[in-house]
Amino acid sequence: MKITMAHGGGGKDSADLMKNIFGKHFGNEILDKMEDAALVDPSLFCNTKKEGMGKIACSTDSFVVTPLEFPGGDIGKLCVCGTLNDLLMMGAQPLYITCGFIMEEGLETDLLERIVLSMAETAKEAGVKIIAGDTKVIEGSGGLYINTTGIGHVPSGREIGAANCKKGDKILLSGTLGEHHSCILSARMEIENGIRSDCAFLSDVANALLDADINVRTMRDVTRGGLATVLNEIAESSSCEMVIREKDIPLSAEVKGLTDILGLDPMYMANEGKMIAVIPEKEAERALASVKKTAHGKEAVIIGEVSESLPGSAADTAARVTLITPLGGTRVLDMLYGEGLPRIC
Amino acid sequence: MDTAAVIENLKNYDGPELKLMEVCGTHTASIFKSGIRSMISPAIKLISGPGCPVCVTPAAYIDKCAGYAMKKDHILLTFGDMMKVPGTDGSLSDLKGRGASAELMYSPFEAVERAAAHPETMFVVAAVGFETTAPAYALAIEDAKVRGIKNLKFVTALKTVIPALSLICENQPDIDGFICPGHVSVIIGIRPYERLAAKYKKPFVIAGFEAEHILAVIYDIVRQTKKGEARAKNLYGNAVREQGNIKALDIIKKHFEEGPAMWRGLGIIDRSGLYLKNEGYFDGGSRGLDADIKLPGECRCKDVIVGRINPDECPMFSKGCRPDAPWGPCMVSGEGACGIWYRNRKA
Repeated sequence: MKITMAHGGGGKDSADLMKNIFGKHFGNEILDKMEDAALVDPSLFCNTKKEGMGKIACSTDSFVVTPLEFPGGDIGKLCVCGTLNDLLMMGAQPLYITCGFIMEEGLETDLLERIVLSMAETAKEAGVKIIAGDTKVIEGSGGLYINTTGIGHVPSGREIGAANCKKGDKILLSGTLGEHHSCILSARMEIENGIRSDCAFLSDVANALLDADINVRTMRDVTRGGLATVLNEIAESSSCEMVIREKDIPLSAEVKGLTDILGLDPMYMANEGKMIAVIPEKEAERALASVKKTAHGKEAVIIGEVSESLPGSAADTAARVTLITPLGGTRVLDMLYGEGLPRIC
Repeated sequence: MDTAAVIENLKNYDGPELKLMEVCGTHTASIFKSGIRSMISPAIKLISGPGCPVCVTPAAYIDKCAGYAMKKDHILLTFGDMMKVPGTDGSLSDLKGRGASAELMYSPFEAVERAAAHPETMFVVAAVGFETTAPAYALAIEDAKVRGIKNLKFVTALKTVIPALSLICENQPDIDGFICPGHVSVIIGIRPYERLAAKYKKPFVIAGFEAEHILAVIYDIVRQTKKGEARAKNLYGNAVREQGNIKALDIIKKHFEEGPAMWRGLGIIDRSGLYLKNEGYFDGGSRGLDADIKLPGECRCKDVIVGRINPDECPMFSKGCRPDAPWGPCMVSGEGACGIWYRNRKA
């Protein structure tokens, strides 16, 4: 088999690659959890075991988006927000970030500096320090790829993970879908519109939930593969089924227009500043009220619930998420198959 | 009648079992997306027809395109779904890993621009589609001619819908009515369906792409069959004119001529292909595909394409054949019946 663009799409092909090559040889009890960030026990570094130290969270991500600058952001803002959001989703406070730059010859230094400035500003706003870096130059035509690794701290007693969802739990979505995907696609197709990437650091939303002492089961940023893929991954980890309502899922008029014309499905489109949280039913209203007060969660909604817990860990490949359509029909939502749109993040 | 009343009516339908074919892949996708099957009586069966241009493209055509893609200083340009269709020696996407130059394009005009910008490279367009896309290829050729561009070729596999519908009517007499494609009908109008309705005594109704449009058309076909009517109707009136788009039809006539075409799974259908006429160096050699590779014995794509079985009745469905490892063409395309069924299958 050869690698195809589908292996980078964030859907089924990516998942199979993880399992069949990387997981096979790298596998260990930390990696095998396949969460957004790995959790490491810091007491390993101490002679005496100290209670209440919490965990160290670590996450790495590479960014290959074209174009490098787009309405609403650039690869610099994206590579900081993307990695830090992965830490946030595990309940971590992000602290440090490292960066590796692979630059193609011909890259304009003015452009590079704009991107580096954007990274510096985004990290500063997020309260994290950039503590290590590396550069390499390869042949090419002015492209740029960035890898970032983030380190954060998860306070003791915080248990957030994709396997925790239970029947009756509510699913909270922090806002409209499809902006980043639509923005990148519009730029590539030279379609002029007002769509901006939603690229953002989501600490206000995540912390609104945690500060309100909501017993968050799991959180995920809704990136590659879109809402449908993220929900299927969680449903698989938790051995459950989910039902969501299409009429409750917010879409901006411009994104709706673009997706209608191009035949795209917002359920599978990538976002860079949206997240979902699964929350116990009793705490859902309080959680929603907290999130709606934040800058990145103003349009938050409860879109559905965990409808069924499945016995054992049914290892079949069947889809576990059902969408109720606006006319009252039902549609099964599976993971993304194929590549979606290449080089989007 | 409003949509809620239409749904109520179709839900409570208690007449004899009806088989309706949605001809167009975009309709199939919309039917799943809106969950129409779950809203109407199980006695009304919706079956998916041959209306996905990628699905009916034979492997021999992929091989021809692959030949260009492997050639030095040649770049093959194609729409996304074509990259994954299996040819004799793998898909274009597979061949990219072996050095083929095959790239996505969003419109044929992009091909003209690229050819103008890179005169040292031969750009070859895999021109697949129905009547809907043919005018765009014709306009791109006119543009290239005016600009004196010569490093551009079109390998056409353009097809027309009506001959395929006639074939289905001949072979599948148990289909009770047809949900006719919106986009193609914008070009060809309603007259061709009137001839089919008169000949085969079945309703042919043109539908738009929203769930409400499709439900209205299903309702109309059910109503016609109850009353024993067999009329062609246009329920996509804000887009489709009776006579079609005369300008588009003229430019198709100017640049293309009809000929026999190979449909994957269906074989050769007379006068169902559109071929470039007198376009000299623009013609990438599209005629004469009269054989196709054999699909695996169990693959039932040919029965799916004509609506003889539903995709999940194929023994390979979800077993040897999945969107990430497709065998039959219907599993490959985002608009192919098997792929759509797979993505929307029940747990």
